[in-house]
Amino acid sequence: MAENREFFNRRLHSLLGVVPIGLFLMQHLVVNHFATYSPEAFNQAAHFMEGLPLRIFLEFAVIYIPLLFHAIYGVYIAFTAKNNVSRYGFFRNWMFLLQRITGIITLIFIVWHVWETRLAYAIYGTEVNFDMMATILSSPFMFWFYVIGVISAIFHFANGLWSFFVTWGITVTPRSQKVLTYATLGVFIIFTYMGMATLIAFAY
Amino acid sequence: MADQKTIKMIIQRQDEPNAQPYEEEFEIPYRKNMNVISALMEIRRNPVNAKGEKTTPVYWDMGCLEEVCGACSMVINGKAQQSCTALIDQLEQPVRLEPMKTFPVMRDLAVDRSRMFDSLKQVKAWVPIDGTYDLGEGPRMAESKRQWAYELSKCMTCGVCLEACPNVNSKSDFIGPAPLSQVRLFNAHPTGAYHKAERMDALLDDGGLQDCGNSQNCVQACPKGIPLTTSIAALNREATVHSFKSFFGSDYHN
Ligand code: SF4
Ligand code: FES
Repeated sequence: MAENREFFNRRLHSLLGVVPIGLFLMQHLVVNHFATYSPEAFNQAAHFMEGLPLRIFLEFAVIYIPLLFHAIYGVYIAFTAKNNVSRYGFFRNWMFLLQRITGIITLIFIVWHVWETRLAYAIYGTEVNFDMMATILSSPFMFWFYVIGVISAIFHFANGLWSFFVTWGITVTPRSQKVLTYATLGVFIIFTYMGMATLIAFAY
Repeated sequence: MADQKTIKMIIQRQDEPNAQPYEEEFEIPYRKNMNVISALMEIRRNPVNAKGEKTTPVYWDMGCLEEVCGACSMVINGKAQQSCTALIDQLEQPVRLEPMKTFPVMRDLAVDRSRMFDSLKQVKAWVPIDGTYDLGEGPRMAESKRQWAYELSKCMTCGVCLEACPNVNSKSDFIGPAPLSQVRLFNAHPTGAYHKAERMDALLDDGGLQDCGNSQNCVQACPKGIPLTTSIAALNREATVHSFKSFFGSDYHN
């Protein structure tokens, strides 16, 4: 398949969005959700993740490199579309547009989020724990920035999961695609609930 | 005849391929059961615009006048469709006509759909039957399969699905939904299947299947009710298998 580079890139883009990025996102939201139990529970869960062997290697292989490819190629994809929801206001066409908008928002959010919680940590040695997040989120602006960023990321993942199943030819019939729409809607609702509960636990 | 009914039309015009488009308004006498083409013919008969000025007749393409050739497609009140089956009585007035700008505009409402025919060539959308001797009859096709294939064969290359697709535009070289579905049709044909692997390779070339972004407008817009998105998903499955076979397999021919 060496000649069909675009095909390869597109499929890689689709795959990376789910494995590992989507898996990481779910794991991340679950671990952070410990914040709703108690600050200690969160710190413990976060430290467990920090203590994983070869952490730097894991972060690059599972997060940074796939994310970088997905983001750069995704921006390219988003800007090659000419959206037309005003003329064709169908449900899927709206999802198509939202997928692109949330992708861009998520990218901006993640760049900021990684800077704040990873790079600043590496450079200034700020400790990453419950208190750090509580300080960040005590500002109403940052709180809403995080709300929008987290919802965008989850939407992008849930709707991307839907396209993943179509792109790989798993759901072919209109009926299976419709069932999948409801299933991914469920994914969106569950993780949005978890994410919001976590943010509120940090902020209040 | 003081209260004679009229039809208001706003038509986007363009004098030649590189000219600036402009709008012109027309008001033409109403007759019963008119379609957009008979309204355009009325303008051709008496090319006078709504201001009463004499103008050039509006140009458009047509062929069959019964929604099988696809030549008369244009954007009517914002939606790409065939003007021969667009009935004036069912349209909101003023009726707005525009060319399908996804394609190069030749003049007024006529566009050049060559790119679609080039795509059909690219993906080998035909059944090869030529030989140096009489090849005889091809294998039979089950009736149920023939009926299913007939639905896919109804495509008239009208371009409405390309016009509706957000990923078919000047920034991308996506060939659009219609030729993709034709690959599925010809791969399903017992003789056409001989060239399945070649067709799949061509289909996955730049601008091919992978550029679909699943907005699924095409299936809603297609006047022939062709299950375009089902075709695309089915081809996606085929492409998954195809790419695995050609990467891991050594003696892969089909
Ligand atoms: S698939 Fe439908 S909309 Fe597209 S060109 Fe064929 S007939 Fe027209
Ligand atoms: S003239 Fe042939 S489809 Fe309208």
